[in-house]
Amino acid sequence: MKKISALILALALALTCVSFASAETGSVYYLNFKPEQAQQWEELAAQYTKETGVPVTVVTAASGTYEQTLQSEIVKEDAPTLFQVNGPKGLATWKEYCADLSATKLYENVKSDDFVLKQGEEVVGIAYVIETYGIIYNKDLMAKYIALENAKIKDVAEINTFDTFKAVVEDMQARKDELGIVGAFTSAGMDSSSDWRFKTHLANMPIYYEYKADGIGDTAAIKGTYLDNYKMIWDLYINNATCAPSLIGAKTGSDALADFVLGEAVFYQNGTWAYGDCINEGMTDEQLGMLPIFIGVEGEENQGLCTGSENYWCVNKNASEEDKAATIAFLEWCITSDTGRDAIANKMGFLTPFKSFDDGYVANNALIAAADEYIAGGKTSVSWNFPTMPSETWKNGVGVALLNYAQGTGNWDAVVTAFVDGWAAEAAAAK
Amino acid sequence: MEKAIKKWWPLFVLPTMAAFAIGFLVPFVWGLYLSFCNFTTINDAVFTGLENYVMAFTDPSSVFTHALWYTALFSALSTVIINLLSLTVAILLVRGIRGTNIFRTVFFMPNLIGGIVLGWLWQVLINGVLEKYGVTIVTNEWYGFWSLILVMTWQQLGYMMIIYISGLQSIPEELSEAASIDGANAWQTLRHVKLPMLMPSITICTFLTITNGFKLFDQNLALVGQNSPNSQLMALDIYNTFYGRTGWAGAGQAKAVVFCIIVVAIALIQQKLTHSREVQQ
Repeated sequence: MKKISALILALALALTCVSFASAETGSVYYLNFKPEQAQQWEELAAQYTKETGVPVTVVTAASGTYEQTLQSEIVKEDAPTLFQVNGPKGLATWKEYCADLSATKLYENVKSDDFVLKQGEEVVGIAYVIETYGIIYNKDLMAKYIALENAKIKDVAEINTFDTFKAVVEDMQARKDELGIVGAFTSAGMDSSSDWRFKTHLANMPIYYEYKADGIGDTAAIKGTYLDNYKMIWDLYINNATCAPSLIGAKTGSDALADFVLGEAVFYQNGTWAYGDCINEGMTDEQLGMLPIFIGVEGEENQGLCTGSENYWCVNKNASEEDKAATIAFLEWCITSDTGRDAIANKMGFLTPFKSFDDGYVANNALIAAADEYIAGGKTSVSWNFPTMPSETWKNGVGVALLNYAQGTGNWDAVVTAFVDGWAAEAAAAK
Repeated sequence: MEKAIKKWWPLFVLPTMAAFAIGFLVPFVWGLYLSFCNFTTINDAVFTGLENYVMAFTDPSSVFTHALWYTALFSALSTVIINLLSLTVAILLVRGIRGTNIFRTVFFMPNLIGGIVLGWLWQVLINGVLEKYGVTIVTNEWYGFWSLILVMTWQQLGYMMIIYISGLQSIPEELSEAASIDGANAWQTLRHVKLPMLMPSITICTFLTITNGFKLFDQNLALVGQNSPNSQLMALDIYNTFYGRTGWAGAGQAKAVVFCIIVVAIALIQQKLTHSREVQQ
């Protein structure tokens, strides 16, 4: 028995030595949210380690499992020193774990406080990527349509209201054989790999206009003033697509992407992050354009694309002082060094809210360029209000109702109920 | 020798006990404690008494009661179907027909595939067929229900078959021989000789299928996902409660405890029922 206890003691001692050794210099453990950029982060981390000797571990959570992974990782001895939240609602869960970043170069470089999450005076989350979504369209097919006899428009710039857009979409759908397409829109898949495009991103539109009309930025009780508009755009999506509305329950994100890159559909609601996927599948910059999502609200001629962020860096408050310092140093290096800026802007294709990227480190992404054109043209960007949605359960409820409505197993009233009553119930339930 | 075992048994039991404690006892007790706490991670729990249980039963969006009977129905039906089929296959495959081993292997193979992968594969297959009729697996809860039955039967049939085969093979030859000398036909031999002798296997297999039915999660998630709340079994409902809202992890935990008590009770009743019919050789 003595031998065994001696062995155990020795092992325990060895383990403590190991953990002490790494604590002296500090190390970084980044729990990355974006699987699309996992490899680039790992490469960047390796480069940083090579330059400075500070170990940086990058772990990427599988798509859709970030909260679960974070929840189990953060209680470990070697917890992530750097993680991310998606906005105010995510912060509510993790507020006890977020260190104050106001005295860092990171915060100094942020262009405006719109891109940070605050808790009182403390800056606890800093956005690192600004993204934009809208209706991505295939410029070749659009040109082909415009060239048709009796086309509803002569130039794509004429599409600046829901009515014009609807006329174009329905005309395309009616003349799909002439255009050589299967449908005007890609499938509005309600599989979990795709449903967030509608229950979260599209649902942002009626919320945005309601907040704007009421002059608020968050609410415990949504009124659903613009839900008729939500219905109009949803009807347009599902009735003019590559598949029958009854089949969208089985369609995935990849199905929609395939519809689009194969030229079987003209319109594809998604965002700047889909650029890489489109290019990898053989599309070119010249083929990609993006239109705002018009839902038929008064004055929407001046509406632009939907721009915002749901990716905020947070530094783990409970990490050791050395690790916290190492993590902040790593982030500062990422946004100020040439290597870091090159990786983030050019390899990952991120548009960042940091001033340090202004001198020549602008992402080469046709969809970001399209977004910039709208801003330059004086259009008002639609802000991202979906981080104020009360809970995941609310989104799921709306998603289910949208699906039932589309496949004919439910009516639109159920969507309204899920949207309005569901919001109140979820806001009351959330703690 | 005996003395040595008496003296040293704790040492021999230690590895198993350690594994059991780490892998089961500690998480179980910890989980029980967490169901009375408000927490984000398992380390920052604050004791809140019965609040979580109140929340669990007043969940505004929950399909918990639906999930309860839906799961019970699924579990009962899949238990009957899986056991009948696997017993039939086992009886056929102990007759020494040509290719017995190949058949046994083929039937067993689906067990080797992970639940999520299997769920995705079947989702694609089933949706592919249903597309012809203009519906999908999430059109209503019964498409999901029968798909789950189909997939679970396909997956578990082989496993139960192996248990039944070994049970059948352990029945002494003399018994069947004596029965046939007494003039019993094949059906009578099965009914009055083999089945009573198989009761231990039946106990194990029904126990496994019932509990598997109740705690099924991954196939459910992969097959119907989140967009068909009425095809969700209890485990998936618990998962949704846990992750669906800020501050509701404890309520999910409370549901899990209630669920655990239900499953244990049912399993105990089932054990008592089938165990009492086992015969000694």
